[in-house]
Amino acid sequence: MSATQAVPTGRREEAALAHKCLYYMSLMREMEDRIERKLYRQGKIVGGVYVGRGQEAISTGAALQADPGDVLFPTHRDMAAYLIRGVPAGRILAQYMGRADGVTHGRDANMHMGDLQLNVVAIISALAATVPVAAGAALALKYLGRKNVAMCWFGEGSTSVGHWHEGMNFASVQKLPVVWICNNNQYAYSTPMSLQMACANVADRGPAYNTPAEIIDGNDVLAVHQATGRALEYVRAGKGPYLLECKTFRMTGHSAHDAAHYVPPELFEEWGKLDPIARLEARMTAEGWAERNEIDAIQAAVRKEVDEAVAFAEASPYPDPATLTDGVYGDQ
Amino acid sequence: MSTTYLEAIRQGLWEEMERDPNVFLIGEDIGVYGGAFKVTDGFYEHFGEKRVVDTPISEAAIVGAAIGASYMGLRPVAEMQFADFITCAFDQIVNFAAKSRYRWGAAVPIVVRAPSGGGIHGGPFHSQNPEMWFVRTPGLKVVAPATAYDAKGLIKSAIRDNDPVLFFEHKGLYRRIKEDLPAGEYTVPIGKAKVVRKGGHLSIVTYGAMVWTALEAADQLAGEGISAEVVDLRTLLPLDRETVCASVKKTSKVLILHEDTRTGGMAGELAASISESVFEYLDAPIVRVTAPDTPVPYSPPLEDAFLPNTAKVVEKARWLYRY
Ligand SMILES: Cc1ncc(C[n+]2csc(CCOP(=O)(O)OP(=O)(O)O)c2C)c(N)n1
Ligand SMILES: [Mg+2]
Repeated sequence: MSATQAVPTGRREEAALAHKCLYYMSLMREMEDRIERKLYRQGKIVGGVYVGRGQEAISTGAALQADPGDVLFPTHRDMAAYLIRGVPAGRILAQYMGRADGVTHGRDANMHMGDLQLNVVAIISALAATVPVAAGAALALKYLGRKNVAMCWFGEGSTSVGHWHEGMNFASVQKLPVVWICNNNQYAYSTPMSLQMACANVADRGPAYNTPAEIIDGNDVLAVHQATGRALEYVRAGKGPYLLECKTFRMTGHSAHDAAHYVPPELFEEWGKLDPIARLEARMTAEGWAERNEIDAIQAAVRKEVDEAVAFAEASPYPDPATLTDGVYGDQ
Repeated sequence: MSTTYLEAIRQGLWEEMERDPNVFLIGEDIGVYGGAFKVTDGFYEHFGEKRVVDTPISEAAIVGAAIGASYMGLRPVAEMQFADFITCAFDQIVNFAAKSRYRWGAAVPIVVRAPSGGGIHGGPFHSQNPEMWFVRTPGLKVVAPATAYDAKGLIKSAIRDNDPVLFFEHKGLYRRIKEDLPAGEYTVPIGKAKVVRKGGHLSIVTYGAMVWTALEAADQLAGEGISAEVVDLRTLLPLDRETVCASVKKTSKVLILHEDTRTGGMAGELAASISESVFEYLDAPIVRVTAPDTPVPYSPPLEDAFLPNTAKVVEKARWLYRY
């Protein structure tokens, strides 16, 4: 292949990837805007609401690199991972609304959902509990001779939990195929980084476990995508786990009921300028990957998709109380 | 002025911190933020960062550090953001704290506060009633107040107690109930149940938020000519079997009510104690009203079906009355 042919092909691929990233980040944003700013305020969602506004690049960029056989362990701020895996938007909204068509049929709330057919594992609330579990999934993938990996997200605050350290250590000792992804949004509820850990970066913890660690711009979806590619290459080669620390910012309170008065307003302002969706759109027009009207068309399509998902969720019935005790055991 | 259950706990903590400079608070988001439920709002400003310690997300370290500090003479009060996360500190509580005095005579005067209970659509991890995991651990004390008065009096007793006390505060009661509290200093003893309503036909024994359900049921039953006595356990370990048995001796019929799930719940232990001590006074089988043996579901119709309520208690009480 000559150089002149290679460039346009590469550019087409880059453009296609950018379109995909924009679609999933925008879909996540629109879903969470509806959840937090409409459905929650209308009283249609009665449980806790945590969103990943401003952090969409991380779950999008990383999950788009995964193969369908790779097992994902997203957190409460990684909705795009579910959308990329094909969990229908309407079922996610039904999940938030406690409806029968929710992914857990009303049994659990918000992002506490999974589907083993799609290789997505449901978190529990207790933070970092998925870290050893992801190591176990990776152990099985290696054991079964599959070329797949586990991909496990966590917040920076979750790295203070003992389970995190046990999982990190075990995975490294066993050279397990796991990509660890830290959503470092600089706050854990009201707790800033400085009260969470005495090191400056979560990546600084990598060397303690002999796990290579990279710091990346978590608000640049293409940078996340590329870094995940590097991590996957290392992990798939059987060299053991790899840690990506994605620096970002939580552009909301901890949850819908938290006004985040403890966050200095300048930080919202500063990080608002680095919005991952706006940045990608600017890049796409600058690189000639898309015209403004194509971008507008993506956003319009996303809004329409979410309108339909809301309608689906609102039409879904509540679960029948008679099913309350079903499904505690497999042999019921 | 009426005081909420939440404010009562606040007052108890505040007064103990004013009284004893060795009392300090340790937990997640309790300082600058004032706690997830705002129980410690304003403490950081008043008592300073030495006495209101904001921690990383590390429940095992919170309780472990509390134990260590208690060995050195301090009186730590640890907060779990939700009782559900107490599992992360399980080993520190049931193995380190609970067995310390028995093994080598070292007292562990700590308090672990934990907001428990459902009815707020919190789902499986923000609604649990984990008290029985601890009630079967000798060496611990387990307290679960139902009223603002008891919440204040018991948090103070817990802080002054020389053994580890788990203090389960029902998050559904925080702002729902209030009452006038005495202006002066008072405490409520650990290990003492209380007859909160007198009656003659049957006893309803319960604790925590279910005390209010029992009282509502008793009101309704009174309208039908059924007189129910309500016993609030207040402390689950050590268990005040005497007060329970005295009530059963009087009424000869007992309904045990708890929000916790059925198997291995407090009702089982009480039923055994009642039949051991006052079997010959019983005129009917011992009846239980509890949550079923499932996790706490999120969706409102499922959670409503899960939780015991007044209607369920009234129905069982009627059956018991007619027996
Ligand atoms: C073991 C445990 N302790 C406390 C909590 C309560 N809690 C829920 S989210 C949260 C902050 C999490 O921070 P981080 O890991 O940085 O993730 P982020 O929410 O910032 O994405 C806390 C303390 C919990 N879920 N689990
Ligand atoms: Mg965080």
